[in-house]
Amino acid sequence: MTSLPSPPRSKRSFSWQFVITLLMYSFMYIPILVLAFYSFNASRFSSTWGGFSLRWYSSLLNDSRILSALGDSLRVAICAVVISAVLGTMMAVGLAKYRFPGKGLYRGVSYLPLIIPDIAIAVATLVFLVSIGASLSLWTIIAAHIVFCLAYIAVVVSTRLTGLNPHLEEAALDLGATPFQAFLKVLLPELMPAIFSGCLLAFVLSMDDLLIASFTAGGGANTLPMEIFSRVRTGVKPDINALSVILILFSGFLAFLSEYIRFKSEQRRLRQ
Amino acid sequence: MSLTTTPSGAEPTRARSGWHPAKLIQPFVLLAPAGIWLLLLLVFPTLLILELSLIPGFRLGQPAGAYGLGNYLEIFQPVYFQVVLRSLFFAVGSTLLCLLLGFPVAYWIAIKAPRRWRNLLLVSFILPLWTSSLLRAYAWITILRPSGLLNSLLGVFGLPGQDWLNRSPAVFIGMAYSFLPYMVLILYASLERLDRRLLEAAADLGATPQQSFWKITVPQTLPGIAAGGLLVFIASLGDFVVPELLGGASSMTVSRLIYNQFLGATRNWGFGSSLSMILILAVSIAIALLLKYGDRSSAQP
Repeated sequence: MTSLPSPPRSKRSFSWQFVITLLMYSFMYIPILVLAFYSFNASRFSSTWGGFSLRWYSSLLNDSRILSALGDSLRVAICAVVISAVLGTMMAVGLAKYRFPGKGLYRGVSYLPLIIPDIAIAVATLVFLVSIGASLSLWTIIAAHIVFCLAYIAVVVSTRLTGLNPHLEEAALDLGATPFQAFLKVLLPELMPAIFSGCLLAFVLSMDDLLIASFTAGGGANTLPMEIFSRVRTGVKPDINALSVILILFSGFLAFLSEYIRFKSEQRRLRQ
Repeated sequence: MSLTTTPSGAEPTRARSGWHPAKLIQPFVLLAPAGIWLLLLLVFPTLLILELSLIPGFRLGQPAGAYGLGNYLEIFQPVYFQVVLRSLFFAVGSTLLCLLLGFPVAYWIAIKAPRRWRNLLLVSFILPLWTSSLLRAYAWITILRPSGLLNSLLGVFGLPGQDWLNRSPAVFIGMAYSFLPYMVLILYASLERLDRRLLEAAADLGATPQQSFWKITVPQTLPGIAAGGLLVFIASLGDFVVPELLGGASSMTVSRLIYNQFLGATRNWGFGSSLSMILILAVSIAIALLLKYGDRSSAQP
């Protein structure tokens, strides 16, 4: 009889998990709220509240180093993502459609950028670039970013490909479409939401990368994470708080966009 | 073969599966560009640092010495071996911390929360992943430093202040904060598939919630626990940002040591390469263990 669960006990276990969940949600959001709060603080010292002010936002907009770093980051991310979208999609489609000797190895290598720690990829890329005598610039960062961007895009596209009806493309071929037409008119529209989600993910990862960019940048290029890193390692900077808020709002928008695409494509799949 | 049995349908079948030169071009066009890129900028560079790691004391601009295991032996010097052990300590610790903190969250969202809110709850929990990892670590500097938010709050309640910044507690907090969403995401996926009828049956048969948790929930979600644990372990083992920004001088890790060999003051490329190879090896071992272990746990339904 003693082993029977009593109702109050299960009720308490419910609230126990709920309390932990609530605590963890606060744990995830308090640091972001703290940054946002102090970004409006007029005082330079974040331990004291000096009244509401937008001075850190205006100083940020006049900060040419931050702005040029943002420009470099955007250039790198956009170039790397556009090239990776093409290469990654082609790779995912090729791996899904064809069987060939060494396919397991190829697939294994395509997962490596997701697995190997960034620092090791950064070191390897630097050693390689130095050994071939390449001069480090924005282009070497882009080349290095394509490696992990295409891997992530390929993974996202592969997931969509496995849930796809393979007969659609065969039907197009039987109806006389060339393989290229069938790819362009049948397969690609079906894959578009996945390609776009993969691109968003790759874009966020590219904008976030500190290590690979630091190792492959050389003297000329300076991405936003590199600039932020060189500032925050020496302590708290109020204008970085303001920058955080802007970037958080921007990534919140990207997250919303990604969820919206997922929701829409799921709805379309359910309708079919 | 099919030609003799079904003559009418044989033509297209043979055309599609045969090794016609034109059929070889398609997979080549699709797979070669990405393959060459990965080969050139990932596989070859990794082999290059493997070679470099076998040249003791290699520094840029100096003639390479003879091959040897000197770089790997250097890792076993007490100073550096301590760094390796500390990295493992941080990685294992934050994996356990994420598991401990993430399981109740994933459990509540997947099982207790109203069904139509589940997706939104999950998405809002992993939302911070979309922001810069650098800024997320930086946020904790504001909170944890001696004059920061934590100590102000502790002061209000009359509790003694904590000097956690630049010590290991700050690294654990920062890593848990960075990787908890991954853990919750993976645990949620496996808890969502949990067969609820088993829990009901156990309750009907008189099992306590604790008993059904340990006898049903945990064994059923073991693949998820292993996958989430592996992901957090790999991510925290190679993490640079959190120990660098929150750990201070006392929390030197392998990734920070590697950074110093290339961009810092030391500049010993051979030693840095051997540390990178050790890191890759550690990650590979973790994955091999998961593959072996994961296969076994999925084999028994």
